[in-house]
Amino acid sequence: MENKRKKFLSGGLGQLTIPLIAIAILVIFNLIRDPGFFGIGISHNNDGNAVLSGNIITIINGASELAILAMGMTIVTAACGGQDISVGAAAAIAGSVFVKVLKSGSSISVGTVLLAFAFSCVVAMIFGAFNGSLVAIFRIQPMIATLILYTCGRSIAYWINGGATPTVDSSIIKAIGGFIPGIPVPTPVFIVLLMAILFKLLFRFTSLELFTQSVGINGAAARLNGINPTLIKLVSFIILGVCVSVSGCIGVSRLGLINHETLLLDIEMDAILAVAIGGNNLGGGKFRISGSIIGAYVIQMLTITLYAMKVPSTDVKAYKAIVIILLVVIGSPVVKARFSKLMARISENWKKATVKGAEE
Amino acid sequence: MRKFRSLLLVGLLVVSCLFVLTACGKDEGDGKIKVGVVNNPPSESGYREANVKDMEKVFSEANGYELKTFYSDKNDAQLQAAKGFITDGVDYLLISAAETTGWDDVLKEAKDAGVKVYLFDRKIAVDESLYEAAVVSDMAKEGDTAVNWLLSLNLPEYKVIHIQGAMGSDAQIGRTGALDAQFASGKMTKIVQQTAGWDEAEAKKIVESVINSGEDFNVIYAENDGMARGAVAALDEAGITHGVDGKVVIIGFDCNKWALRELLAKKWNYDGQCSPFQAQIISDLIKSGKSPANKMIINEEKGFDAKTITQGDIDTYGLGD
Repeated sequence: MENKRKKFLSGGLGQLTIPLIAIAILVIFNLIRDPGFFGIGISHNNDGNAVLSGNIITIINGASELAILAMGMTIVTAACGGQDISVGAAAAIAGSVFVKVLKSGSSISVGTVLLAFAFSCVVAMIFGAFNGSLVAIFRIQPMIATLILYTCGRSIAYWINGGATPTVDSSIIKAIGGFIPGIPVPTPVFIVLLMAILFKLLFRFTSLELFTQSVGINGAAARLNGINPTLIKLVSFIILGVCVSVSGCIGVSRLGLINHETLLLDIEMDAILAVAIGGNNLGGGKFRISGSIIGAYVIQMLTITLYAMKVPSTDVKAYKAIVIILLVVIGSPVVKARFSKLMARISENWKKATVKGAEE
Repeated sequence: MRKFRSLLLVGLLVVSCLFVLTACGKDEGDGKIKVGVVNNPPSESGYREANVKDMEKVFSEANGYELKTFYSDKNDAQLQAAKGFITDGVDYLLISAAETTGWDDVLKEAKDAGVKVYLFDRKIAVDESLYEAAVVSDMAKEGDTAVNWLLSLNLPEYKVIHIQGAMGSDAQIGRTGALDAQFASGKMTKIVQQTAGWDEAEAKKIVESVINSGEDFNVIYAENDGMARGAVAALDEAGITHGVDGKVVIIGFDCNKWALRELLAKKWNYDGQCSPFQAQIISDLIKSGKSPANKMIINEEKGFDAKTITQGDIDTYGLGD
């Protein structure tokens, strides 16, 4: 009984308390502001398919790339105690490779799309391995190591396709970035689901989760127990590479166009924030991918809310920053410790009062 | 012994330096015209890629030029590079600035050093005496042409979603101006006016938020092709028709080939040209050695209507592939 109360007071959901509270606050805020915000309707798109529409769909759909990147970022954070700031640039490279392969064939079939994705995946994994080896083997701080690709990534992407914004017009690409005929839910949502399941399976059938956590908590101790920290860190970056490729390809497919200067611009910051809002320790160690995914939706919901309020898009970032500062500060260990101390005192006083009451 | 070796090294260093110097000297003796170009990066857009290629083609060695280039979309980096070119002793400095402000000192420095400055593509907010000529697109005219075309449609009402480029850029200011005048006069209604910073995905988000809010609109005025494409993607998903026979009028700028093909397919209505070909005009000015009477040289530009565009127009005026 006592234990249960304690758990509730410190947040019954553990790590997920902060992101869930954030979502709840955003929902309540929007309900007060405009209940119509949550309306979901069915409309027919210009290809004649019945599709779901409404802000909620926009949020869930629009956060897809961010959610996938946040998953990979969580693993890197947990293993290395640092973040990869080159994911946006790397996604531009992956997307450019995707388009390059698509355009090299005469026509686009399911086969060529898969081939193009495979190519972009391999390229992104190589760049991931590059970042990973800087971090794991040369022991460079992750943020510094990935700063290299962050700086030059979009230039590399430019070399792949040249400066024009090449377009790909294909019903298959449209289906990946939009809707599959006959299915009213946007395809990127399914891709997020698929990635989440893949991660779940990966953790279920391998010891990667445990190994990653132990490397993140104490690399030396992990090594003494027979875990190879270098390998684990490298693997985490390669996994992030896969995530980068997937989100890059979604980004390209949405509009059937690659603009390497703007594709997933500044998404690295949002991805890191998603990890932080998800309650993960940015210094490495224990992690929950579900937290980061919810974090990603919190960020997207915040953005869409601001757009719905017609906040000028130049100001959106500033408002976002304010909310995120609040979230991160509330989620910080210092505030958490203070809060639980306060709660303990209140409950003690309350207990004293009730005991007194009973005596009388 | 060690002393001797270090002396030898120093000697080698001096000799190699001299060699480099003479090599440089030889270079100068070629009589080539040294041109430094400070531009935005070719990766910025299809427009810029065509612009950069055009510059490289016209200011080639075969045409008697020695070309140095610097590409950045950061004003500070551009200013640094321009200063670098002046110290390098270029004869001409060609600038397409990232921002219109902050260039006074550098241009004064150039004038003192006897470097002649030409502005291309974008104007800079400085005194006219600081440069030889500015070969520019008249962005405001582009906006005017597009808005006049829009007015010629005689729609019963104009409910406009206005998607702006990166705030403060010449293209944004020019293309916004004409539309703002219409909003101010009440002829057109502003449903939303937001900047997407040339970002396609951002443009899509903006249009999605309007659709979700249930507000009615019948014109999308996007300040470049990419953002127009993002906007159209949002319409397609929501099942709102667009183009010549559709509900929403789509206006884009820059004349990318793929955008003009959308026009030909009647899915868009209008695309304003922004000509990236200024190099030849500048080269002619340099070679003639004369200062133009009017410092502002406007590059003639067109606008294309989906109803009248032909494949020939796409081949001639389209950028990219």
